Amino acid sequence: METLIIHLLNSLLYASVLFLIAGGLSLIYGVMGIVNLAHGNLYALGAYATAWAVGRMFGSVPDVALFVFLPAGALVAGAAGAILEPTLLRPFYRRAEEYQLLVTFGLLLILDDVMRFLWGPYPLSASALYESFGSFPIFDSIYPTYNLLVIAVGVAAAAFLWAFVYKTKFGVILRATSQDKRMASALGVNVNKVYIQAFTIGCAMAGLAGAIIVPSQGAVLGMGVDALILAFVVVVIGGLGSLEGALVGALITGFVREAGITFFPEIELAVLYLIAAVVLLVRPAGLFGRA
Amino acid sequence: MNQNHTLNTSIPRFPWKVLGYAGPVVVLLLVVPFVADYVKDPYQTILLSYGLIMGIAALGFNLLLGYTGLLSFGHSAYFGMGAYAVAFSVKYLHVTSMEVFLAGGLVATVVVSALFGFVCVRYTRIFFGILTLALSQVLWSLAFKFFWVTGGTDGLRVPTPTLLGGMIKTSQDKVIFLSHAYYYYVLIIFFGCVAVMWVIVNSPFGKALQAIRDNEIRAEFVGVQVRKYRFVAFLISGAFTGLAGALWAPLNGLTTPDILYWPFSGEIVFLTVLGGFRTFAGPIIGAVVFNYLKTYAVGYTVYWQLLLGAVLVTLVLSMPLGILGTVSRLWLKLRKSR
Amino acid sequence: MSLLSTQRLTKYFGDTHAVDHVDFTVAQGELLALIGSNGAGKTTLVNLISGLLRPDSGRIVFRGTDVTSQSVYGRIRAGIARSFQLVNLFDQLTTLDNVALAIFSREGKTRNFAYLADHDPKVRQEAKEVLQQFGLENKAGMLAGGLAQGERKLLDVAVAVALRPKLLLLDEPTSGVSTREKAPIMDIITAIVRSEHITAVIIEHDMDVVFKYSDRIVVMHQGTILADGTPDEIRTNDQVITTLIGTQASV
Repeated sequence: METLIIHLLNSLLYASVLFLIAGGLSLIYGVMGIVNLAHGNLYALGAYATAWAVGRMFGSVPDVALFVFLPAGALVAGAAGAILEPTLLRPFYRRAEEYQLLVTFGLLLILDDVMRFLWGPYPLSASALYESFGSFPIFDSIYPTYNLLVIAVGVAAAAFLWAFVYKTKFGVILRATSQDKRMASALGVNVNKVYIQAFTIGCAMAGLAGAIIVPSQGAVLGMGVDALILAFVVVVIGGLGSLEGALVGALITGFVREAGITFFPEIELAVLYLIAAVVLLVRPAGLFGRA
Repeated sequence: MNQNHTLNTSIPRFPWKVLGYAGPVVVLLLVVPFVADYVKDPYQTILLSYGLIMGIAALGFNLLLGYTGLLSFGHSAYFGMGAYAVAFSVKYLHVTSMEVFLAGGLVATVVVSALFGFVCVRYTRIFFGILTLALSQVLWSLAFKFFWVTGGTDGLRVPTPTLLGGMIKTSQDKVIFLSHAYYYYVLIIFFGCVAVMWVIVNSPFGKALQAIRDNEIRAEFVGVQVRKYRFVAFLISGAFTGLAGALWAPLNGLTTPDILYWPFSGEIVFLTVLGGFRTFAGPIIGAVVFNYLKTYAVGYTVYWQLLLGAVLVTLVLSMPLGILGTVSRLWLKLRKSR
Repeated sequence: MSLLSTQRLTKYFGDTHAVDHVDFTVAQGELLALIGSNGAGKTTLVNLISGLLRPDSGRIVFRGTDVTSQSVYGRIRAGIARSFQLVNLFDQLTTLDNVALAIFSREGKTRNFAYLADHDPKVRQEAKEVLQQFGLENKAGMLAGGLAQGERKLLDVAVAVALRPKLLLLDEPTSGVSTREKAPIMDIITAIVRSEHITAVIIEHDMDVVFKYSDRIVVMHQGTILADGTPDEIRTNDQVITTLIGTQASV
């Protein structure tokens, strides 16, 4: 019974992180029509920034309070997004899509080395924060309490995003721009501003994902591409451009991965891909995707 | 500027003009080992071999990008498959013949290309790109995890093979073998690949691919079954790249998972764009130039990816035609202004 | 027997009946103009017949065979070809190559990657002849992307004609072209269609063109056929006049 609960919690943990990453990717695609290949590295950037902040403040503040620095990851990633969109991406909106892919791929390479430059080739850890939360018992086993925080953040993010996109004025503008950019512009919407805002939010989401997971996993070079690939599975299943799709896709992926790790640890990635391939064959636009 | 674009519709004669450019290059390539011996630096020949091998890989890659309009971020899978096929034949089948290496590499790569291609060609652009990336990563993770089969990060040793069915055996000195007999072997195959690819892209099939690149819907409405043709292009592309990988393994002496890892796919993309992906020879030039760049630049900086990424972005921003494209455009301008 | 007939062909877009239980026939050898105001369903009908869209219900019978479930490829092979309202060409290929490709495809030669396309004299000759028919032989070596708009429209039709179809569907072949150029373009197209005995369905908005060149006119309105007859019959059809001129005159 308890193993079931633990698997469930692990799946939700994973799904929370994946939702933030894939949701950011989908949001950006939905509004701007571009896929940022470097998106995974913004997740990594968030992880590194948070781990660094936690590491700097470690010792001067009670361990538990370190969680205050979690947003550092989101802020850094969001700021990076705000800088990158007008400089590197905007020149390419009118160009062929290959060029967009090439530029974001170049960005992927650049960010990889920027992180190597800033924080070195060795993993960075924030485990003090993780451990400070302690653990709580589930029947005869114990489970890290920090993981609940991650799940809570995931749920809160989903709720907040839903409210933001569907209940606020900015959300309306966002949705209008994503459906018909020219019409929105004709109605007076500053599309450039919307783009930079959407991109910033998307990157901040990825950064937040990195921030909340880093205490339990540490920041390691290469985590960006791994995340991108997993985010891709999520959007394949859920449909690119849809936040509901990102949520459902993240949940499914989370559960499948947990099952995969338990039963087929060697080929866990391949199992995920099998699912993605099946979805692609059966329903190419994903569960919630736009045709 | 009212030019008459009437085409002479009789059969074009032998392209003597092309030989004009290619001739000196061919001669140059043929005499490299002698020059290298003269300056007592056989390593230069070996370095050039790497360049030519990457040229073959780039040729294959560009069939998809330049001619079919599909940008793959996962070509390391086919290169790696070719190389690992060679490594496995050594380890498990105790093969020493280069011809068997090549055959094995081709078969293995074509199987993987068929598998991956089947899934990937249903999609274009973004999805295609990420799918190819992801599938190559699956392969990489397999090579990594099943380390007892693949040698893991230590890799698998690949000794120098015998050439031409055993007629040419390795001499005691590996360097002499690699910088002479093996170099010519690679060179001949390189010429062969260039010729074959040139015919392919200029054939009716090649025109159909270009039509698909330019306008997928119209191609369908002209009776070209887009998905099928993309699949075949994918197979040919993978085969060329796998062949390159198989040639690479004995040269490198060691096969490691690095060549399956995504940055290597990135290098293939980069060098093709560097050379100019809208031309036939651009990717080859990009491969050779990049090979020298990498060899001499890696020594200077640890931040090799940063350099690569920055140059890629700059290229795409200001010089999207790549080296060959930009050079030929400048050349045309010069000729017109005379 | 008619060359093409649709039986209660229907296509919905959401709640809109773009094409609503349409029975549409085309007789062998005729030049039929399909007219109607914007949104009447003309392009959707052509898209259904050519295979770009799948119908929600109904049948399409071409030369006695039910082609409703056939793919685009199947329909091309059966003899249906089309041009597009927004010109669809292979911009990075030469004008000659655009036409040659259609010929290669028709002959089943596009599978062939072992010989040079330029070395096929029959195909090149035929492509040249097609270009001559369309007055484009001067631009044979130019990239299609560099042609003027009128030339592009002609090339679009030429590529479809090169497939030697039994039924040619032309979607607004003179749209986007200056008024001066419309008549010459239609002259060329109709001359070729007549001389090659190709059955043609032409979607057109320009009433001068329609009344001058067509054998038969079919008027569509809100997804159904409003009227069907010779130019004289349509010209004097009150219902047609009020509907078309009442909504939006496009002369």
